[in-house]
Amino acid sequence: MKSGLIIFFIKRAIQDIFNNRFLHAVTITTIALSILIVSAFGLFLSNAGDIMDSWKKGIRIMAYLDKDVELKQIAELEQKILDLYGVADIRFISKAEALQQLKAEMNRQTSLFEDLKENPLPDVFEVQMMASTQNWEKIEVLAAQIERLPHVGGVEYGQHWLGRVIGIFNLFKFTGIVMACIFFMASVLIVANTIRLLFYSRQQELEIMRLVGATDGFIKAPFYIESVIQGILGGITGILVLFVIFWVITSNVEQDFSAGFFNLRFLPVGMFLGIIFGSMFAGWLGCYLSLKQFLKV
Amino acid sequence: MQFCGQHRKITTKYLLFLLSGQTVFSTFNNHTGKTEGMNEHHRENTIIRMFHVYKRYGAKNALVDISIDVRKNEMLLVTGPSGAGKSTLLKLLYLGEPVSEGQILIEGINLSRISNKRIPFLRRKFGIIFQDYKLIPTKTVFDNIAMVLEVTGESFRFIQKKVSSVLRTVGMEGKLNAFPPSLSGGEQQRVAVARAVVGDPKIILADEPTGSLDSESASIIMGLLKGFHDRGTTVIIATHDHEIIRKTKGRALYLKEGSIQSEDVKPTKKRPITI
Repeated sequence: MKSGLIIFFIKRAIQDIFNNRFLHAVTITTIALSILIVSAFGLFLSNAGDIMDSWKKGIRIMAYLDKDVELKQIAELEQKILDLYGVADIRFISKAEALQQLKAEMNRQTSLFEDLKENPLPDVFEVQMMASTQNWEKIEVLAAQIERLPHVGGVEYGQHWLGRVIGIFNLFKFTGIVMACIFFMASVLIVANTIRLLFYSRQQELEIMRLVGATDGFIKAPFYIESVIQGILGGITGILVLFVIFWVITSNVEQDFSAGFFNLRFLPVGMFLGIIFGSMFAGWLGCYLSLKQFLKV
Repeated sequence: MQFCGQHRKITTKYLLFLLSGQTVFSTFNNHTGKTEGMNEHHRENTIIRMFHVYKRYGAKNALVDISIDVRKNEMLLVTGPSGAGKSTLLKLLYLGEPVSEGQILIEGINLSRISNKRIPFLRRKFGIIFQDYKLIPTKTVFDNIAMVLEVTGESFRFIQKKVSSVLRTVGMEGKLNAFPPSLSGGEQQRVAVARAVVGDPKIILADEPTGSLDSESASIIMGLLKGFHDRGTTVIIATHDHEIIRKTKGRALYLKEGSIQSEDVKPTKKRPITI
């Protein structure tokens, strides 16, 4: 295709958008709203994912030892744990040290410990994992291996609460995907409807174009360009609005609320490009469906 | 009408040739006793051939057994009362409607065998003029005419030059940026003529081009069409205007109820018409 012809199609598409400003504005706004909702979900999930990753990275497996384990057995056990795949470091915390630590953390309630006849805490190994092992499945496998070792009474790595949080996160993720699909379909149908209205309003012109020898491609091309422009403008508008909301929230709330626990960040570049591409594709698909139905030579 | 009768007798035989995408001039002319030289001359000079063409809308016959040849640079007037099939005949030529039965060849291209993708390229051979002008009211005169060249991918500079030249020919150079609703009927039809000829078509089809015009405007339009005919374009005019038929030199086909009733040839000074 000649480059002059492409420029001609683009000019015509832009001219058509200006000629039908109201119709296009409604379509772009609707796409923008859909994109706003979907990308807000994406933003939430991406930040929630970051927070969970940081939690996962902070996880240590605590291996509690049986009572009365001898020093020699402790040394052997330490070596066995270190030999396991994925273990980066290990630290032995004796029950005396653990009690000391507990007392230091609960310094206002030290009276609670005064009546203790003996130290109720067990000896413990604090196991640190390699970076490659810091995902949920691998942590579970490693914890199970440590638990099976002799003299290990039990392991703790926050499996209950983290499991629950991951479950909720996955539910949100699924909901987000379903919502994205619904809003994608809504955008496609809205674009299809817009193109249908444009098609009806320009029916006489298209009929004359056919009579003077316009090919199918020549007639269709400006409609496709208009739809893709609608998709891009809708996508960018939606994300811009989301950015403004995000900026307002983070600049007012973050320093008070998160207090250094985590840094909220805007959509990653990949997700941003994916959303824009998705809204472009929605425009194209809407146009395709509409023209397939109405433009048969 | 003898011409049509002879054709009818040999329909089956020559239909096989047509279905294979060939023209039938040589065999046909052998039957009619013409020489090879004349045969070759006839083939070279014929631009449109209709062979036992029927057009039906449901049970109603709009055209019945039409067989005609139109030669290059011929002026053909298709006449007859309303509903005789004049417009339908023109529509079949540019594939505005499909043929129900029979074959049409345009420069040797069999319209029954043409693919949908080739239809736009076939239509570029025609310049079409309608009684109701069919101009786009929201586009300027320039844009309406330029559209014909835009679809062929011409450069903007060429389009500007060509449109200005054609508008000068039809005497509308001052109305380049006017919108069709602001023009009179005669002016709109002149724009429609400009649109029809801007792509240098081989054939101009005019469907009641003066039907909505006063006599002065009609005379201007006919003058323009005759001018393009004189420059070598084949012109086919569907009209029921007796004044036009009387004044215009060329061949006149009289249609009634979809059939050719008579054929009248008025030889021009330049080219004697023979059938």
